[in-house]
Amino acid sequence: MNHVAALPGCSSEQSAQGQRPVLRERGQREVFCGLTGIVWLHRKMQDAFFLVVGSRTCAHLLQSAAGVMIFAEPRFATAIMEERDLAGMVDAQDELDRVVSRLLARRPDIKTLFLVGSCPSEVIKLDLAKAAERLGTRYMPDVRILNYSGSGIETTFTQGEDTCLTALVPEMPQLGEDAPRNLLIVGSLPDIVEDQFLRLFDQLGIENVASLPARNARDLPSVGPNTRYLLAQPFLAETAMALEDRGAVRLEAMFPFGADGTTDWLKAAAREFGVDEQLFNRVIAPGRERAKRAMDHARSELEGKRISFLPDSQLEVPLARFLSTEMGMVPVEVGTPYLHRAHLAGDLALISDKARISEGQHVDRQLDRVREDRPDLTVCGLGLANPLEAEGLTTKWAIELVFSPIHGFDQAGDLAELFARPLRRRDRLEV
Amino acid sequence: MQLSVWTYEGPPHVGAMRVATAMKGLHYVLHAPQGDTYADLLFTMIERRNHRPPVTYTTFEARDLGKDTAQLFQDAAMDAVERFNPEAIIVGASCTAELIQDDPGGLSEAMDLPCPAIPLELPSYQRKENWGAAETFYQIVRNLADTGVERAPMEGRAEGQNPRANILGPCALGFRHRDDLVEIRKILDTLGVEINLVAPLDARPSDIARIGEADFNIVLYPEIADEAARWLERTFKQPAIRSVPIGVGATRAFIAEVAELAGADPTPALGDTHSRMPWWSRSVDSTYLTGKRVFIFGDATHAVAAARIARDELGFEVCGLGCYNREFAREVRAEAKEHGLEPLITDDHLAVEEAIIEAAPEMVLGTQMERHIAKRLGMPCAVISAPVHVQDFPARHSPQMGFEGANVIFDTWVHPLVMGLEEHLLTMFREDFEFSDDAGASHHAAHSPILPGKGRVTASEVRGGGANSVSPPAHDEESGSPPLHHPADGTPPHSGEDAVWTAEATKELKKIPFFVRGKARRNTETFAAEQGRAEIDIETLYDAKAHYAR
Repeated sequence: MNHVAALPGCSSEQSAQGQRPVLRERGQREVFCGLTGIVWLHRKMQDAFFLVVGSRTCAHLLQSAAGVMIFAEPRFATAIMEERDLAGMVDAQDELDRVVSRLLARRPDIKTLFLVGSCPSEVIKLDLAKAAERLGTRYMPDVRILNYSGSGIETTFTQGEDTCLTALVPEMPQLGEDAPRNLLIVGSLPDIVEDQFLRLFDQLGIENVASLPARNARDLPSVGPNTRYLLAQPFLAETAMALEDRGAVRLEAMFPFGADGTTDWLKAAAREFGVDEQLFNRVIAPGRERAKRAMDHARSELEGKRISFLPDSQLEVPLARFLSTEMGMVPVEVGTPYLHRAHLAGDLALISDKARISEGQHVDRQLDRVREDRPDLTVCGLGLANPLEAEGLTTKWAIELVFSPIHGFDQAGDLAELFARPLRRRDRLEV
Repeated sequence: MQLSVWTYEGPPHVGAMRVATAMKGLHYVLHAPQGDTYADLLFTMIERRNHRPPVTYTTFEARDLGKDTAQLFQDAAMDAVERFNPEAIIVGASCTAELIQDDPGGLSEAMDLPCPAIPLELPSYQRKENWGAAETFYQIVRNLADTGVERAPMEGRAEGQNPRANILGPCALGFRHRDDLVEIRKILDTLGVEINLVAPLDARPSDIARIGEADFNIVLYPEIADEAARWLERTFKQPAIRSVPIGVGATRAFIAEVAELAGADPTPALGDTHSRMPWWSRSVDSTYLTGKRVFIFGDATHAVAAARIARDELGFEVCGLGCYNREFAREVRAEAKEHGLEPLITDDHLAVEEAIIEAAPEMVLGTQMERHIAKRLGMPCAVISAPVHVQDFPARHSPQMGFEGANVIFDTWVHPLVMGLEEHLLTMFREDFEFSDDAGASHHAAHSPILPGKGRVTASEVRGGGANSVSPPAHDEESGSPPLHHPADGTPPHSGEDAVWTAEATKELKKIPFFVRGKARRNTETFAAEQGRAEIDIETLYDAKAHYAR
């Protein structure tokens, strides 16, 4: 049977290797920019501060995405460029020095300062690498100053974490060829989830396990040719390349969502580190069982339900895999801002050929397809959720999937619940 | 460069979005990179709108910059016009697109579109949200108003031809605009004034054409409508009513002004029997409100109105007054002078926080920024002005304007305070466990339940985090930030720069109710310093009390 005929809109892009067709779209993208990553990164790295060099729009985005101002004084801020910075009346680099010195005087607790590039700073080609280097010579060793771009013209939402972690990789201490093997968990996870994984690796007898990013940005793990790493997040293409440049080797695995995804992810490490199979099964059995029990609560509500993902966080493919193979949902369209075929190979292979995979976005056309498909649940950004609800489509905010602990065995039930709740609510309400 | 943590106003193109979203049949084609689409959620989440804002973003990327972003803009404009079929479009650039200088106005003019395209020049690096909204509304009015309309003079009109007014300013994401409008309509109806047009809220571009048919304009929200109203004044000789009817006194003045312009009898409108605020304020239970010190900060219009209500209608004392929008600072300066205060004109929320700590008010009336400041300082607070959040868009009717608005304001401002009788009980039964500091005001149980052995629970713990839809589970209070927290209740009393508290005086201070304790502590320390006393003992405490007695 011809795939193309079965997939409206997928008239091209079937590659010679027989890869599944992907609908590639170009148009208005309804997504956050990479600056948004600061909202969770500043919580994760507790000694780091994020200084966006940008416009009032950047500051406004951060406060809107971060929700109400729950933080007294968060570890992020924006250096808002003004007319005189652009008109050349002042040297933007001097201005930046002034802002940074004021900030560091005010916040002596900062040990790592990220200068974060934005759309306007990129367009005027304000060299933040140079600024970081110059300021670094002044403030090292007390404060390490790094830079990365979270600009919308270069990064989409979670890619901001990718560029941030990429900036950390060159700072990681080097391990030699004779160093014992070590394992890196790459991608920021809520502390509680990270600790669960570390306990499991410990029980499996895998030593030398560390996380990137570390809770303190100054405690960076080491890397070398004997480093093996597991991606905990599917949006870290650049970070992976940077790690591989330092000799690290990626362990091929599904992403750790649900009982099966988590098992596969842990198993990749167990295999690599020569863990006895019986020991592996014994160690993961309790967590795996708990995960299945917890997921059972939501199964009846999700089974057979049709779901569409609008592109948002790049978590779409592994989550669609989880919902389809473990919860019995039917993916209709799985949209993602970027599709990294290598990193997603394990998950992608398990998604039914009937599901439409789309990459990039043309939001109006995509909404047309959603209206035509009428899935039971649509996963989308905050700008679209209420309008779609008003049209009678049940939605799940994608951003909650980024902010909530959803990885691993003990969060599998919570993850399923995130999708079940909107459906249950829809059924329950009688107003 | 300006170091900013939180901002009172967004960029000017967000102001333009507020106008576009308020209107119907208008579309905004915005040259902007991906990510700027975040602004949609302000409307769909905070205001719970059930439609996407009518905005098409070009969402250009880095790879487009070397090529033809101008073509991208034209394609987006063409697609938007075809898909949404608007009566008119507004075109402009966000901060980043402003730098690449594609000139959306010129580009759309060259396209020969089937509808008017109104170019917006909103300098992102100089101006802010309110200015952007005002400029956008002005450009829309200026471009779409039919200047050929003729209207008959008011005198000598046929019977039954009522005077007509435009209501200008209600907008998307405005603080209580929806409900204020209901109250204004009621007043105008009572006065026999017909509404020619409300704009921008719910107006269509084709409606704007007949804006000149009104006899006069009502500038409900000067921050948004003043610019347009001044042009209308010049162009159509339409006088403008600039009294903003927030508070009983201002509502009466507003009614009188409208009646005067319309040649109507104000008596029925002035005699609105639903105006309860004056009696609520005069009733004896409200005696305790006398002289309560309030700190007021917001947009200029709401801040000035709040200051007048606070002093004249509730008997408060205004101990701080300011606004974040410099464009209207003059009004705030004048009002501050009336209260004998230095006005605070700033958009730096840290400066506002410092001023609040310095003024040590008993209540803060502000925006959502001040709500958070007040929460951290343990002060009661009510919101009086944008910027606001999801909880400030209530399901119920909750106006600020008109007599009903004054009723709402009475409730909203008085509720956060400890109630009258309760204040006395707290003083009498200081040592009673039920009146301990941790208990707080009895009608605020949700904010301060006492858990056995745990003491006071923070509001965020009670809510289970996430009072706000957009936020991750709330982690309250930053660890590791510098000590910004100056406890208003003064426990324990810090050793003043030159005077040391004795143990007895400390104990005595604790017997003073928590909501006045901070003031007592500060007064005592100031008094001790003035008197050159090295030690604050019980005598000093009561000497200071006598000294500051009012």
